[in-house]
Amino acid sequence: MAVEKMSIAKALNESLRKALETDPKVLIMGEDVGKLGGVFRITDGLQKDFGEERVIDTPLAESGIVGTAIGLALRGYRPVVEIQFDGFVFPAYDQIVTQLAKMHARALGKIKMPVVVRIPYAGGIGAVEHHSESPEALFAHVPGLKVVSPSNASDAYWMLQQAILSDDPVIFFEPKRRYWDKGEVDVDAIPDALHAARVAREGTDITLAAYGPMVKVCLEAAAAAAEEGKSVEVVDLRSMSPIDFDGLQVSVEKTRRLVVVHEAPVFLGTGAEIAARITERCFYHLEAPVLRVGGFHAPYPPARLEDEYLPGLDRVLDAVDRSLAY
Amino acid sequence: MTVESTAARKPRRSSGTKRAAGAASAAKAAAATAQNAEPQLVQLLTPEGERVESAENAEFAPFVADITTEDLRGLYRDMVLTRRFDGEATALQRQGELGLWASLLGQEAAQIGSGRALRDDDYVFPTYREHGVAWCRGVDPTNLLGMFRGVNHGGWDPTINNFHLYTIVIGSQTLHATGYAMGVAKDGADSAVIAYFGDGASSQGDVAEAFTFSAVYNSPVVFFCQNNQWAISEPTERQMRVPLYQRAQGFGFPGVRVDGNDVLACLAVTRWALERARRGEGPTLVEAFTYRMGAHTTSDDPTKYRRDEETAAWEAKDPILRLKAHLLATGGADEAFFEGLEAESETLGKRVREVVRAMPDPDTMAIFENVYADGHALVDEERAQFAAYLASFEEGH
Ligand SMILES: Cc1ncc(C[n+]2csc(CCOP(=O)(O)OP(=O)(O)O)c2C)c(N)n1
Repeated sequence: MAVEKMSIAKALNESLRKALETDPKVLIMGEDVGKLGGVFRITDGLQKDFGEERVIDTPLAESGIVGTAIGLALRGYRPVVEIQFDGFVFPAYDQIVTQLAKMHARALGKIKMPVVVRIPYAGGIGAVEHHSESPEALFAHVPGLKVVSPSNASDAYWMLQQAILSDDPVIFFEPKRRYWDKGEVDVDAIPDALHAARVAREGTDITLAAYGPMVKVCLEAAAAAAEEGKSVEVVDLRSMSPIDFDGLQVSVEKTRRLVVVHEAPVFLGTGAEIAARITERCFYHLEAPVLRVGGFHAPYPPARLEDEYLPGLDRVLDAVDRSLAY
Repeated sequence: MTVESTAARKPRRSSGTKRAAGAASAAKAAAATAQNAEPQLVQLLTPEGERVESAENAEFAPFVADITTEDLRGLYRDMVLTRRFDGEATALQRQGELGLWASLLGQEAAQIGSGRALRDDDYVFPTYREHGVAWCRGVDPTNLLGMFRGVNHGGWDPTINNFHLYTIVIGSQTLHATGYAMGVAKDGADSAVIAYFGDGASSQGDVAEAFTFSAVYNSPVVFFCQNNQWAISEPTERQMRVPLYQRAQGFGFPGVRVDGNDVLACLAVTRWALERARRGEGPTLVEAFTYRMGAHTTSDDPTKYRRDEETAAWEAKDPILRLKAHLLATGGADEAFFEGLEAESETLGKRVREVVRAMPDPDTMAIFENVYADGHALVDEERAQFAAYLASFEEGH
């Protein structure tokens, strides 16, 4: 068993390296992914080892990056493209939504679109505009796309492998403020299915459901709640499309309470979908309405306000208290 | 027809990877010749500070015929103070007062030359590095820092100085400039619009679309591209295979490459382009051939992708030293002038430091401000909920 401790960034880098080694059809594409190794160094050293034909610095054009990745996929390649920051995916949104997502269906299933779009997303790093957004719901709403986000190094390593192996397009959201968090990665393990939710901490009184950067906050909240004698279960959803409602249902039927936590605006977000479905599935088990904690219906604020804007321990615990008060 | 096309496709398939690799290296060689060849540029002042006359600059030189020695000192002052402001901001970032800074070091001539060509009623659409242009427009430089400190997303009212907010999404503002120019033309006004962007930005679809619209509608807009040779780690040849200014031709308007480290040439060429716009002759692309002396931003590490020799070669073309050499050689300025300017720089630097350190964090409730012009029930509800939540701490809840 080869277990190594590494950061999420390193796990992603190792995962890409493995994919490049395993399959000659895998390509890395994006702005600054070559010599610089990407602005977050996720592709560090890959161009040096695999060459400019495999690790491709692209012109500064996101529509071009995704559009040509579609063409390369049609030709049998498996492009993994990097969008530099969340807010810069929108020039490519047209290609992703109108073309990438629908190609398989339009071709009556005869062609596949094994394209992975990696996006460092969400806030907490004190950045300027367009560098801190959580647009996952905008993608999860689109049929034909898979949307996932790892929260720890092991998932970063394995989920990226699985995304690259998938014959469907995968929008792979990387929680950028967790890039430097370390965790154990077993590179010989048999990973959970890409879409499967995972119980990150067991508890009996209430379930917190989260993904990506918010899993850590929820685990901290659960630890804090434990000191007050409350037993909080944390479910890491890992995938926003599809969502593992079966897995979540098991947890909610046990705890009878659910709070969904994400950084993205609450209004029409993934939490809304979860609340609706879980209410439908678990109506007679629930002791309280499903509550949501997340962003406001306002633009992501300037960096000096993001600590107030982002759901932290207090806001999560407040929701736990409100749920338990029913 | 069918037979022919099948025949044409076959050998391509069988030649496989070898052919692809060959094609790539041929393209690389072509790019090297297209981009690295000594560029044809409009220059009025050599790196040594000498005025030059040439066939290339003959059309443009008359546009600065009126520039007096005093004007030259003014341009020099603009560049020195802009550099000082920029250096101060970089230092403030290092001290943790700013989250990020995009330095204009090396691009002062391109910005001051073009900025001083503008009339008050012209409208400017910058990207995020146009601190020198902002200076020319009369925007208080400390206002530029709020966004980089993280207290706001803009920091000035664009309508006061006709200087739009910085745009971070690459290339977007070229379309806004074009639309604004379309409006200017509809109004029958004779003002012009200028859009700033980088060489990397020229790869964006938005920029191509801006070129298309402005050409089709003959809009009074000047596209001012500062080709500082790099888009973060990617050199210009990763963006294009022909010299940038030549692109304009394909869209049906003129393109000019100017020595971007020559403030006088930048002034002349921009004035020329603005006058074309005012006369109703439509858009122009100006490529200011210059160099980003520092990192892309304070988060960037250029040692990973570029050579010191390259930077050193450009140092010899420094826009400020060039004008200083000219002023000294022609007796256009004396020691007292330079000393006075040094003192003025100190004062500016001090003021910038003080203002930044005193810049208050925004009020938490500012999150909900200005989301809509008309107000919005959902925002009102969330604001009230959040206020109640915050108040619960004060009550010792
Ligand atoms: C649409 C978009 N994609 C990516 C980025 C990230 N980014 C910021 S600046 C930059 C390079 C810009 O280069 P260039 O246009 O040459 O301008 P310069 O910064 O050199 O002045 C990149 C890739 C962005 N801001 N917007």
